[in-house]
Amino acid sequence: MTRTDTTLHAHRRAFDHSRLPPVLRLPAPVLGQLVRLARQGHPHEVCGLLVGVLGDETIRVERISRARNLAIERLADRYILDPDDFLAADLAARRDDLDIVGIWHTHPDHPALPSETDLEAAWESYTYLILSVRRDGVTDIKAWQLDEGDFVETSVEELES
Amino acid sequence: MSKATIRVPTPLRPLTGGAAEIDVEAGTVGEALQVLERRHEGVLDRVLDGEGKVRGFVNIYLGERNVRSLGGLDAPLPESGVISIVPAVAGGAR
Repeated sequence: MTRTDTTLHAHRRAFDHSRLPPVLRLPAPVLGQLVRLARQGHPHEVCGLLVGVLGDETIRVERISRARNLAIERLADRYILDPDDFLAADLAARRDDLDIVGIWHTHPDHPALPSETDLEAAWESYTYLILSVRRDGVTDIKAWQLDEGDFVETSVEELES
Repeated sequence: MSKATIRVPTPLRPLTGGAAEIDVEAGTVGEALQVLERRHEGVLDRVLDGEGKVRGFVNIYLGERNVRSLGGLDAPLPESGVISIVPAVAGGAR
């Protein structure tokens, strides 16, 4: 099990733990799947949903879904997640007593930091996982949560399950 | 009147007391949402604009179809239907 650096990047204030659990747990196979999808999608942004359980202490991701990116005119630096794919993932999740707990997307040739575009469209209660990807692979993965209008980084744990 | 279940996405659950699904009886999708608002005041502000139209950053589905393709909120409910509030998700590196 490893834990990423928990330094706050975008906004240097403490995370309010009363709002969302501060740790996102990703099983190693799920993380591997994300890395493959990110690399295959480069140089386009690819996106999807994090499906799992929102617990008191952690957010555990059980699986991910891939969604279509409808931002067809700006695939290199924008994504619009197809709402039909959101609905399908949500229906499947609830059949398994799971929930949509967040969104993942890639930043091709850009850092894994949320942009102003990410901030404008963000929802409270979701965790946003951003993968920075270059042609030869993923270089960084960071998770973010919206807290009173700002993104705050949260830690990611890889579970060797 | 038909029975419908309204699915509430995670970001709106603080407004529904944490409930993920709300059962209602109504004739149309719009009426079902009004029932939701009567039970959980304030939730509809996040879904509809001042003119009562679905906000651009939200999608409303009846079953597996976006209500925009069904004539909007006046779409009649089947005998037993599922209404899903789906948040619009977007962003990007720049």
